[in-house]
Amino acid sequence: MNDTPTLAFDPADTCLNVEQLSVSYDGKAALREVSLTVPRHRVTAFIGPSGCGKSTLLRSFNRMNDLIRGVEVTGQIQLFGEDILAPAVDVTVLRRRIGMVFQQPNPFPMSVFDNVAYGLRLQGLSEQRTLEREVEWALRSAALWDEVKDRLEASALTLSGGQQQRLVIARAIAIRPEVLLLDEPASALDPISTLKIEELIGQLAEAYSIIVVTHNMQQAARVSDYTAFLYLGELVEFSATDDLFTRPQARQTEDYITGRYG
Amino acid sequence: MKTPSGWRSGDGALWLSTGAVTLTLLLTVTLLVLLGRVGFGHFWPEPLSTFTFDPATGQAPVVAALREQSTFALPEGGMEARTLLRTGNRDAAPPDFRWVADARLHSVRFDPAAIELERRSWGPALGLLAPPEAPATDRAALAARQWARLEGALALPPQARLGTLTLYSADGSARPLALAEVVRAWRPNAMDLREKLSLYFSRIGAFISEPPREANTEGGIFPALFGTVLMVMLMTVVVTPIGVVAALYLHEYASQGPRTQMLRIAVNNLAGVPSIVYGVFGLGFFVYLVGGSLDRAFFADALPAPTFGTPGLLWASLTLALLTLPVMIVATEEGLSRIPRQLREASLALGATRLETIRHIILPQALPAVLTGVILAVARGAGEVAPLMLVGVVKLAPELPLDSTFPFLHLDRQFMHLGFHIYDLAFQSPNVEAARPLVYASALLLVLMIVLLNLGAVLLRAYLRGRHRDPLG
Repeated sequence: MNDTPTLAFDPADTCLNVEQLSVSYDGKAALREVSLTVPRHRVTAFIGPSGCGKSTLLRSFNRMNDLIRGVEVTGQIQLFGEDILAPAVDVTVLRRRIGMVFQQPNPFPMSVFDNVAYGLRLQGLSEQRTLEREVEWALRSAALWDEVKDRLEASALTLSGGQQQRLVIARAIAIRPEVLLLDEPASALDPISTLKIEELIGQLAEAYSIIVVTHNMQQAARVSDYTAFLYLGELVEFSATDDLFTRPQARQTEDYITGRYG
Repeated sequence: MKTPSGWRSGDGALWLSTGAVTLTLLLTVTLLVLLGRVGFGHFWPEPLSTFTFDPATGQAPVVAALREQSTFALPEGGMEARTLLRTGNRDAAPPDFRWVADARLHSVRFDPAAIELERRSWGPALGLLAPPEAPATDRAALAARQWARLEGALALPPQARLGTLTLYSADGSARPLALAEVVRAWRPNAMDLREKLSLYFSRIGAFISEPPREANTEGGIFPALFGTVLMVMLMTVVVTPIGVVAALYLHEYASQGPRTQMLRIAVNNLAGVPSIVYGVFGLGFFVYLVGGSLDRAFFADALPAPTFGTPGLLWASLTLALLTLPVMIVATEEGLSRIPRQLREASLALGATRLETIRHIILPQALPAVLTGVILAVARGAGEVAPLMLVGVVKLAPELPLDSTFPFLHLDRQFMHLGFHIYDLAFQSPNVEAARPLVYASALLLVLMIVLLNLGAVLLRAYLRGRHRDPLG
């Protein structure tokens, strides 16, 4: 795989460094020897057809794959130089550093405020004034504050789907992670909500390293700085988004972005 | 395309299913109406009449209430209409219930001076407040005088009531009745509807709030009601945490493989074990083994008289908790499996441990299902009788298991139970006719008690479910 067109970043600008990562479920390979580096404070997109392993790769970063029975992971992932796959790593600490937003909006069945405060309270923060300040900050960062400031005590399930997804983003950034993983964050939303989420991703990139998985190539082109194309568990091409969509180097990439399969 | 006709149109299936529901509903309503009519009708003041018989029978006239009419096939062929009279006076003129042939009934006279008295012993007394043959004005005056004295006496505590009441029977003979013996008295023929209603409800109130008398055939059922509620509550307190923790293990911690599946099947099958088997287990394990060990360890001074090594409230509650555990586990696990995986992932992705996720996200979400389990467990547990007979229920408990002496809750005491009370009334009663309405009344109370306990849980569940309802879902 040494001929895979890829990018390298200066260690100071590298957020995640993946080396020879293979993941299999019950012996069935989902990822094969993927190596790439994810830059810091940039938006990186993973694209590819269904089943290409992009979500598996994403879920390897916060070790959500650990929850699946029969999973086997080999290779290395470093977060700012630290190995995160080592058995000794406390996954709860890791997951505080690497936040995640899922495809389906999944607010907890509690109030808007309690949703955002959940992660903070887990860390032992209980003082009401601090909680209020942090919750407001997170909701403002997720561009949701103006819409919910008068109904913080209302059930989060009364929000619209788009609002719920932004609430979930606010919940993830409330504990100030370093990396934000977005797993097809807009695929369950309407076009206007999608647009809002995309704008939000752009704003958040100033403070966070963001990785977004999407099967929507236009979305990848719109929001990301770098794009990785995966196919059948292998990394086919990783380059600057503009380059990948205008001058794909691999044949498979060209076929995919021109819509010949997938 | 042709519209399907006949059975395939689906109309038949609709009618069939609607019919099944209607039948179920009808049976339930019939059950409640029957229990209510026979059981609670018993407390309504029945009109009393003086029945005189064909002189050929040689039977003396009696003051009685008409209980039932029926037709009997005679051994020599033909049918005979008979009437069941409730005559009371088990002490003076037994028996207190008698069937008489309608053909032998000479006359029935309605007498305003008739009175019924509930007594501390010998069941009710029926009679007249004035001799039947005296002039009408004298009778009315005497009856009024006696009634006033009786009412005055009943206002006093029993030990302060002196003297006797003269009760006349239908044939004119008089007998004294100690006022201290009287519990309650009424003149059904001289009462208006309001008085009857007030007596009716006061008798129902007494039935619910008083202890039984005379081998359970008279008085109330309060100790049985109390014992049942207390035992069900203790059972719930024990079975709920164990069931929830077991379900959490099966669903959240155990790896889902064939072994867990086997375990789950085993738990489900426990629900099918006959309840008497649990009773035998409770007796052998809890009473003799655990209770016996407790006695040897802590109550050695009292031996050989057992303290915990004998059937009692604690062992009955634990046995029923064991009996209802499968129901609890299955219901809770059902609820756990309805919680979307995304909620667990969301919590874990925020850095929560598995325990924190269970505590803050999963348990609150599973609470309605837990309450469903409680409802099912209560319904099953409160109705059980067979195992309880082995591990702590008695016909008559001298003391309630909860009182004002330390340690207040006496887990070692034997107790009374409504289900067993019904069995006892129906099969062990010395006076079947007298006990019959009480069987129905106790059964209705048992049903009402379970409904009330469940209603509490249902309301709580509705409240918990409503708190964070998705307006679209």
